[in-house]
Amino acid sequence: MKRKLLTVLVALGLSASVNAQELKIGFLAPMTGIFAQIGKDMENGFQMYLDEQKGNFAGAKVTFIVEDEEGKPPVSVRKAEKLARQDNVHMMVGGLLASTGYAIAPVSTRLKTVYIPSVPAADDLTQRDLKDYPYMVRTGWTSSQPHHPLGRWACDNKYKRVVAIAADYAFGHEVVGGFQKVFEDCGGQIVQKIWPPLGTKDFGPYIPTIKQDADAIFSLMVGPMALQFPKQLQESGVKKPIIGGGTSYDEFVLPSMGDEVLGHVSALQYSAAIDTPKNREFVRKYREKYGKVPSYYSESNYTTAQMIHEVMKQTNGKWPGPEKFVAMMAGLKIDAVRGPVRFDEMRNPIQNIYIKKVEKKKMHGYDKDELWNSVIQTYPNVSQFWTYGKEAFLKQPVYSRDFPPCKFCK
Amino acid sequence: MNRILVLLGILGVVAVLAPFTGPFVILLLAQILVLGIMAMSVDLLLGYTGLPSLGQAAYLGVGAYLTAILATKFGIGLGWDFWLVVVLGMLSGAATAAFFGLFAIRASGVYFLMITLALGMCVWGLAYRWNSLTGGDNGINMRGRPVFGIRLADDLTFFYVVLGFFLASFFALHLLVNSPFGKSLVGIRERELRMRILGYNTWLHKYIAFVVAGAFGGLAGVLWAHLNGIVSPSDVILTTSVDALLMVVLGGPGTLVGGLIGATAVVFLREYLATLVQWWQYVLGAVYVLTILYLPGGIMSLFKGGKA
Repeated sequence: MKRKLLTVLVALGLSASVNAQELKIGFLAPMTGIFAQIGKDMENGFQMYLDEQKGNFAGAKVTFIVEDEEGKPPVSVRKAEKLARQDNVHMMVGGLLASTGYAIAPVSTRLKTVYIPSVPAADDLTQRDLKDYPYMVRTGWTSSQPHHPLGRWACDNKYKRVVAIAADYAFGHEVVGGFQKVFEDCGGQIVQKIWPPLGTKDFGPYIPTIKQDADAIFSLMVGPMALQFPKQLQESGVKKPIIGGGTSYDEFVLPSMGDEVLGHVSALQYSAAIDTPKNREFVRKYREKYGKVPSYYSESNYTTAQMIHEVMKQTNGKWPGPEKFVAMMAGLKIDAVRGPVRFDEMRNPIQNIYIKKVEKKKMHGYDKDELWNSVIQTYPNVSQFWTYGKEAFLKQPVYSRDFPPCKFCK
Repeated sequence: MNRILVLLGILGVVAVLAPFTGPFVILLLAQILVLGIMAMSVDLLLGYTGLPSLGQAAYLGVGAYLTAILATKFGIGLGWDFWLVVVLGMLSGAATAAFFGLFAIRASGVYFLMITLALGMCVWGLAYRWNSLTGGDNGINMRGRPVFGIRLADDLTFFYVVLGFFLASFFALHLLVNSPFGKSLVGIRERELRMRILGYNTWLHKYIAFVVAGAFGGLAGVLWAHLNGIVSPSDVILTTSVDALLMVVLGGPGTLVGGLIGATAVVFLREYLATLVQWWQYVLGAVYVLTILYLPGGIMSLFKGGKA
């Protein structure tokens, strides 16, 4: 009798939860510390999509829980545990740094909870380590993904000898590695690699060591470094063209920059200056709501929300379970703000990569001259393996400080 | 003696109630105990010997990295050899402290603070830059906790094991500070010159206390690595050392128990406040300032029997 009562109660409980159709999304972003502003951009992007849908994904009421991961791996682990165990979220979205992505992914495996890294770009999450993370699908990018085409672009624009200067941590190594691999395969040479530590404030000791006979400088800077480097470069009279990694000139740092960055070229899967009606509308709405131009951090999370919504549309708002959700999400093909996005078999987006040049102009109908990342070339449907093919690509080790080796450094 | 009974009583109640709390609360409790071990090791230096160390994260880091490297590269420490790793973790913490102590013990006061800070940053630098060994910025992910008869992957079991380690550490340190050796440490804290004139080798006393603190820091590191399942340079940063120091100050230096109380206050304030409001750091800061202004003896001084 007791047992029967229990079953009835359980059944009641189950049906109640089915009727309510709730979707709990845990969101991890730094809300304090040096990355707090980026975390705000991430949250705003996701929140904006939620607000547009009035918190309703195809009949499922969305509960959105934001936790401060402080940009630290151990804190991310704890917050992910909290979201999955205490709040019983269906999925966790976000994380900022590659290191936090690496910290959250095993928690998702252990607790069988979906994890969507919308920003962490560590290559191996969706490459050599993917088998460890069956409940993960990435909606952002891999560090090397935009920089493979940029290497090709540098060849096509007749650059021969390039010096790389990049922040000395895994993300920097992977960005430079991607650029170097393609650039050298099409005939270019990286003649020098300089690795200032992450957070360098004075590039005085590094700039004079840049080889005089190089035709261009490839730079990968993060946060305040991105502001400082071009300034000091201009002050020291270096006139070489600058090619940069995506985060050196993204819309998060661009508004704080001056004319010293005019003409600098970089690559990323998003630019606020993409000239499509969809993006124009997105930029206008975002700017109206939050008072600034959206960065790729905002776009990536806006699009992630959109993708989750698309999956929920297919299930009429019912939670399909983690395995099924990941499979359905990885099968999506959507027309996002950044352009068409689909997924490869390792659950990383195949997407357009934009080669962008910093220009001062009027854009999207705003009447003031501002700095924009004008798109000068689009490489459509770029996968994380570029043109190498999955097997061949995965045979090589992950890009690091010493790979590819610097053959032309003397 | 009374205080110990109270502590045992409270821990006993917590141990009995733990299975009925949520899984996340159990994790927090385990975290508090691990940080409690570390805070007690700081207390041995700050509260009993009068040495404010800002480098305790170094020993936590050495223990944690040793655990992670042994587990991921050599598969050691995931079965019965977990106990071997515990011993090795304590030894490596002690060895690092023995080395650092040669530089640090010469100084006192602010100079001691600065030297330990610098030495702690050296360990951080190694963790951050020695990519091939430490995984650099990304750290080391561990694949599960040890299994030896009992499965530590179960958070409740892990909590009880950590509780055992905490109690063992507490009694070991309690014996130490109440031994003649411990009394002479207090003597050094009160007036080092007088102790020297009385014929004590104060350098050696301080050095030994420093090494013992390092060993317990290493032990906390071993547990810390298994608690989080990941070890990264952000475990070894200055904030970890500062936190440990603040926990001791908050709870009450020179009481051992104070470290645990401080850890409890900090962890719960941080975890629950951070969920409620984004300006949680201001509240934590205010708590620190108010404690130092109005309760220089820490929370413990609220209770009778807290000795100065």
